[in-house]
Amino acid sequence: MSHSKKAEIFNKNEAKVNWHDKALWYVREKRDLSAHKVQGWEYLRELASGIKANVLSNLDEYLIQFEKNAQKNGIKVHWASNAEEHNIIVNNILAEHNAKKVVKSKSMLTEECHLNPYLESKGIEVIDTDLGERIVQLAKESPSHIVLPAIHKTKEEVDILFQEYLGTKPNFGNPEYLTHEARKHLRDKFLKADAAITGVNFAIADTGGFVVCTNEGNADMGAHLAKVHIACMGIEKIIPKEKHLGIFLRLLARSATGQPITTYSSHFNKPATGKEMHIVIVDNGRTEQLSREDFRASLHCIRCGACMNTCPIYRRSGGHSYDATIPGPIGSILSPGMDMKKHSSLPFASTLCGSCSNVCPVKINIHKQLYKWRQVIVKQQKQPLLKNSILKIAGVVLSKPRLYSLSGKSARFILKKAPKFMIYNRLNTWGKARDLPEVKNEIFDEWYKKRTKNG
Amino acid sequence: MKVGLFIPCYINQLYPQVAIATLELLEKLGQDVYYPEGQTCCGQPLGNSGYEENSKGACQIFVENFKEYDYIVGPSGSCIYHVKHHFDILEQTPEVIKVRDNAYELCEFIVKVLGKINLGASFPYKVGLHKSCHGLRGLKLGSCSEKMDAYYSIEENLLNQVIGLKLMILSRKDECCGFGGTFSVFEEAISVKMGKDRIKDHIDSHVEVITGADHSCLMHLEGLINRNKQPLKVMHIAEILNSCI
Repeated sequence: MSHSKKAEIFNKNEAKVNWHDKALWYVREKRDLSAHKVQGWEYLRELASGIKANVLSNLDEYLIQFEKNAQKNGIKVHWASNAEEHNIIVNNILAEHNAKKVVKSKSMLTEECHLNPYLESKGIEVIDTDLGERIVQLAKESPSHIVLPAIHKTKEEVDILFQEYLGTKPNFGNPEYLTHEARKHLRDKFLKADAAITGVNFAIADTGGFVVCTNEGNADMGAHLAKVHIACMGIEKIIPKEKHLGIFLRLLARSATGQPITTYSSHFNKPATGKEMHIVIVDNGRTEQLSREDFRASLHCIRCGACMNTCPIYRRSGGHSYDATIPGPIGSILSPGMDMKKHSSLPFASTLCGSCSNVCPVKINIHKQLYKWRQVIVKQQKQPLLKNSILKIAGVVLSKPRLYSLSGKSARFILKKAPKFMIYNRLNTWGKARDLPEVKNEIFDEWYKKRTKNG
Repeated sequence: MKVGLFIPCYINQLYPQVAIATLELLEKLGQDVYYPEGQTCCGQPLGNSGYEENSKGACQIFVENFKEYDYIVGPSGSCIYHVKHHFDILEQTPEVIKVRDNAYELCEFIVKVLGKINLGASFPYKVGLHKSCHGLRGLKLGSCSEKMDAYYSIEENLLNQVIGLKLMILSRKDECCGFGGTFSVFEEAISVKMGKDRIKDHIDSHVEVITGADHSCLMHLEGLINRNKQPLKVMHIAEILNSCI
């Protein structure tokens, strides 16, 4: 189903749309306030973008440097060219340790690879430990936002969900009570886990270490308690030096939620005595995206979600309308590169307002890439017949002033003289909720000619 | 100095009063304005829909029409943005480059090229300014709420000089109205919801007249206002700047 169809369904409940829009706008405003407090914010963005561009241009070298340094520290490094390989690698590590219970902190990469269902099919219990992710996991849904995975759910909905799965008491959606109960439930899972899986926010080529950012401390809790820690990362997560964290950590949390820094920025450098640490480095379409010059910069993304919070379409269509691992503006430029047919409607789910590019902490020209994807998609994907013919005919008419003038005349004649039912019918999508402009007696061309004649 | 008046297709056909106000205003400011015959469209609706290739003919006509002028001025930020940023699909001949470099949105031309802000207009109403995205974020007619740069707004500077006009403060200063060209039809539900939300912000801020430098956004908002019989009037900024009430 296209984005527009799903968004239309989401819009059937206007009160919920308003609530969703306000919740995310609140986060956007918090981001503005917090960014305003940083002198040289725009310069920081510039720096971050420059570093990411450098990383992408020298990715092969940085990755090998990272591997070498990580191995020196006693970390085991694995390479996966696609999602399937990634899942097999993770499963093999778990099998080696006979791990049956796994806790996982937030990782969009493992969502992208559909790791959970894969491990579950092998008889392994995977518990998402980020509160929002645990909520959507219990609801058997996917995250609707990369930083706020359960933002589409009201606290009352979470209340009902927890009653069913965690045996909580009805509490009219009391967030404090619900969080407390989730904490008890998760603590038990942490203590019993055989292995912990985390994502990676930044992997440092120079040291072979990596940083995971969370607000709940769930990555640390899992990684410190379990015997085995598996960290999964996309190849683009590399930064050259540890000092560059000073740029990215300042940008990340402010852009994401308006916090000065995430509550936990956990640095992992080597396994503790008697424990194992693994890193799985995954391509899964990224080198192909790297080869597309117009879309390469999409790999700058540090997954802050700011483009979602600011996007007026995302706020009013909900993340699930995008039907992609990464929703919103950034998802709309990443997803067509993964599966153009499935995601061909996404670059059109935008007015090209440019707000996403303005908030992006690593200065991805998102709205320009959306425009470019449109050109590619129209050429490579079959378009609806009506849209195709109207736009192609328009191209011809607009290149011939006389023909254009004639069509303008007849269109205005029809708009003016035809009965209402002929104009406002189901073929006229504009007119469903909007009136058409009133047609004046004279167009500007005619007025101007008359004026010139009368001198 | 010869100024070529660029009147976007939909303004020519549906909003001649906006074109007239633009022409009168430029003449009032002492400009030597010409309106080349045979204008069609800048090609934006095609480009934004992914049919850039099919818009080359329209772009070429635009260049032919305007190549002899020192400046090309039009009352629509998004069309001018398209000329400046998307005419890269044409071969970059000296003519194409000249047209792209010298194309100006009306307010930008008045303030940046003519160096004027007080145009002697009067308009005794409470006005809400809709900052259209392509003008704001594309042509940089003002600072954007997402950015941490110093605050400025070319349109506000002009409106603040209009006698009697009271510029109202909106709660979301530069959120998109949801028009987006063919987006308004292909993503109808979201487009309409965005428009309704914008209008509500203006009504809540006690606005009597919504204005802006891009009439396509205003056409979308006006369509909703008229359908829902809301107490708001919609006028292009050129009409206000050309008013003596």
